[in-house]
Amino acid sequence: MNELPILSILILLPIVGIFFMTLIRNNNDQSSNNLKHTALWISFLNFLISLYLLFSFNQQDADFQFEERYFWIEYGISYHLGVDGISILFIVLTTMLVPICILASYDSIKFSVKEYLIAFLALETFMIGVFCSLDLVLFYLFFEGGLIPMFLIIGIWGGERRVYSTFKFFLYTLAGSVFMLLAIIYIFITAGTTDVSYLLDYNFTRNEQIVLWLAFFASFMVKIPMWPFHTWLPDAHVEAPTAGSVILAGVLLKMAGYGFIRFSIGFFPEASELFAPLIFTLSIVAIIVTSLIALVQEDMKKLIAYSSVAHMGFVTLGIFTFTVQGIEGSVIQMISHGIVSAALFLCVGVVYDRLHTREISRYGGLVSKMPMYAFTFMIFILASLGLPGTSGFVGEFLVLLSIFSINTYFAVFATTGVVLAATYSLWLYRRMIFGALIKDDLSEMLDLTRREIIIFVPLITLTIFIGIYPKPVIDIIEPSTKKIVSQVNGKLN
Amino acid sequence: MENILHIIPEIFIFCSALILLILGLFIKNIKLINNLAILSLLIAVALVINQPYQSIYLNSYVIDEFSSLFKIMIFIGSIVTLVMFVSSREDLHINLYEFPILILLSTLGMMVMVSANDLLAMFIGLELQSLSLYVLAALNRNSLLSSEAGIKYFILGALSSGLLLFGISYIYGFSGNTNFNLIAVNYNSESLGLLIGIVFVLAGLAFKVSAVPFHMWTPDVYQGAPTPITAFFALAPKIAAMGLLVRFLFNSFGELYLDWQQIIFFISIASMILAAFAAIAQTNIKRLMAYSSIGHIGYALIGVACVSSEGLRSLLIYLMIYLVMNVSVFTVILSLKRNDAYFENISDLSGMYKNHPFATILVALMMFSLAGIPPLAGFFGKFYIFVAALESNMVFLAVVGIIASVISAFYYLRIVKIMYFDEPKEEFDGLNIRSLQVLFYPSSFLVILFFSYPAPIIQLSEYAIKSFY
Repeated sequence: MNELPILSILILLPIVGIFFMTLIRNNNDQSSNNLKHTALWISFLNFLISLYLLFSFNQQDADFQFEERYFWIEYGISYHLGVDGISILFIVLTTMLVPICILASYDSIKFSVKEYLIAFLALETFMIGVFCSLDLVLFYLFFEGGLIPMFLIIGIWGGERRVYSTFKFFLYTLAGSVFMLLAIIYIFITAGTTDVSYLLDYNFTRNEQIVLWLAFFASFMVKIPMWPFHTWLPDAHVEAPTAGSVILAGVLLKMAGYGFIRFSIGFFPEASELFAPLIFTLSIVAIIVTSLIALVQEDMKKLIAYSSVAHMGFVTLGIFTFTVQGIEGSVIQMISHGIVSAALFLCVGVVYDRLHTREISRYGGLVSKMPMYAFTFMIFILASLGLPGTSGFVGEFLVLLSIFSINTYFAVFATTGVVLAATYSLWLYRRMIFGALIKDDLSEMLDLTRREIIIFVPLITLTIFIGIYPKPVIDIIEPSTKKIVSQVNGKLN
Repeated sequence: MENILHIIPEIFIFCSALILLILGLFIKNIKLINNLAILSLLIAVALVINQPYQSIYLNSYVIDEFSSLFKIMIFIGSIVTLVMFVSSREDLHINLYEFPILILLSTLGMMVMVSANDLLAMFIGLELQSLSLYVLAALNRNSLLSSEAGIKYFILGALSSGLLLFGISYIYGFSGNTNFNLIAVNYNSESLGLLIGIVFVLAGLAFKVSAVPFHMWTPDVYQGAPTPITAFFALAPKIAAMGLLVRFLFNSFGELYLDWQQIIFFISIASMILAAFAAIAQTNIKRLMAYSSIGHIGYALIGVACVSSEGLRSLLIYLMIYLVMNVSVFTVILSLKRNDAYFENISDLSGMYKNHPFATILVALMMFSLAGIPPLAGFFGKFYIFVAALESNMVFLAVVGIIASVISAFYYLRIVKIMYFDEPKEEFDGLNIRSLQVLFYPSSFLVILFFSYPAPIIQLSEYAIKSFY
């Protein structure tokens, strides 16, 4: 076995970085550059460590790997970490997006750079912690702790209505999560432990499952977010700084999807089966309604935010089919959405940095001034609508396949969502990029800088690579997914 | 005649208060008196730690794990107050040598409270504590608000003492004893008079811990009293009264818990909900902290309402964390000084992070901790409370507590919002006074780093509840 506590290193390294950064004074441009470089290198180092984790991960093994367990609070609540084929991808996604976010904020954050970077690194710690904790209390700690830096990131560096948005974000999420806390405590009392690997084999009674499932659901449905509790997301996205939106769409939403897979269906399969029609209905409504809402948006970020809700609708659809295909599709959809929506928000950030507006009607004909930008934007728009050959297709296809095997009607409605996604995405693209360049203030627009190209290249590569050859990703996910599905079926029968 | 040495810490505090009182007449150096008072409190800590556990004076005075832990918490509260006094005594016009002496006497009263195992000892301790506090609240004679606070506290406090005494007489009348353990043996559980007695004593004690519906004095007294005194109110007397409440209920009426449990149940819910809503509208930070403390007492009372070892354990954990968080917050309140004038309006904090980035992040984290957001210490306090509540099948109490904590998150976040999101105002002096830094940084780091090593606090509370279970 691997002796190195690599998961703890991943979690603690950003904290160490924060410690160093508090020692750097922030009084002039030079020092604020130092701060940015420090944060960038630390997060990049974390990315390299997570790659090492990925390559030393045993793909045949469906169990948790790199486990660490220490005494923490008391008997039954321990500091227990571990990854399996599902969580490891989210960890790599997180560590990949954080340096990109920091790089993307090099010019756009003008004041309090030090606090900003510290908040980001703290957020990284919490996000990684969510995906590798194998103890419910530890999970809750990271899950909720991430609210603090995100609250500050939106509230301090956000747009005009930032205070309203950040309060809404915080209180919505908190209100949902506290019920999960009560459920966790209940589990601790009845099962005697909050250890995930133990609880996966534990059988709750049917009534317990229903109540606990609803408590977990309250938290995850707000976070993922599902219709009708999605309204905090567009607000938060619009007001957050670019990098904040990237992390919000790229990682924070995935915590809830991960929670659904790991806890909701892992612990409470009977209740999940019982409530699956509810989830399907809400997801279908979300896919169709939010796609229609996205069609009429004037604000680019809002449009992408609503499209996120629709995409996450596919994720929940896939998870609650309890099939290997469905869950794999959901995970790939989440990874893909993590990359693509992050990139789309970065694309918005690129033009926002130049023109300082997100109104779609202020743009038009950008292709003649910004060809490289137009190309990049096109790839991600196509990936977002699920064009074959991009990562968006793989996940959506697997999800639709699995939902079709369960219920044809749901599949038909879900497919409508794909058409609507194409409509609003392509229309957004047409309004911004094509047409004649008639607006005066656009004539000065510059194409992508070198820093921006560096940001986009890895994202484009991954989008296309996963789209054309998803096998490496599926190989990692498959054993763990199969194990989850067989466990669920075993409990159900 | 039992040996007087059994209560050496109490006697030591008493003697040092008297000696300092005489010294103060001749030495005009108030700082020296204050430092001597701090020193005697530190010595008292050592004395308490080394005290053998026993019950003395016909079992009317108990020295056990529980009382020792509470005494140490009270000493910490008193020491913190005296350290705060150093930095603010001149600007707040409370530069009187009586201050440390009154604190010592009040501390003595609280020591008697947490060790009392007899209705009379309990009353004596409570009165000694309260009388010193009445004077302390009105210590700033030039301030109308301070005098008002003193008078208000005195009148309502006298009323509550009256209720308490009334209840004591009933209990004595219907059980024939004043000793907690003998009451437990001798009462007639059918008698209504005993129940009336319990209700009145609980009303008196609820006043001391400022639980709804006996909380009305708290915001006014918190606002009017000089800030170090307000800190003292928040830190020591509430904790002492809570210890007394627990011993009174568990030792004398442990069997009768079905009767008093519902009272605690009600005042706990009422405190949590009222505080959560009332604090939203506050503009003065001391008033806000008053409501915040009412809410926290509501949570702590859940621990009492559980009537279980888990409940008591969670109560102790909660009180310890509450103590540390309040030390940090009140030091910050004491540092809000601009051009030699203290300010207490929350809006004056706006844009604090521009001038004091490091202190502000700590204050913000304290606010998140008070709101119970992980991974800060406040979360663990609430976590244990809810574990105890669910273990005793008090789901309703837990759900109300959870909802109240979300609502109260709103007003804590408002402070964070004002510090971070609003336009900066003129710079204020902030935490550059060393005596405040000594309190602020350690307490803040304790709260932030609690999650990494929570075992000592938990073991300590498990050790302390051995007195009951």
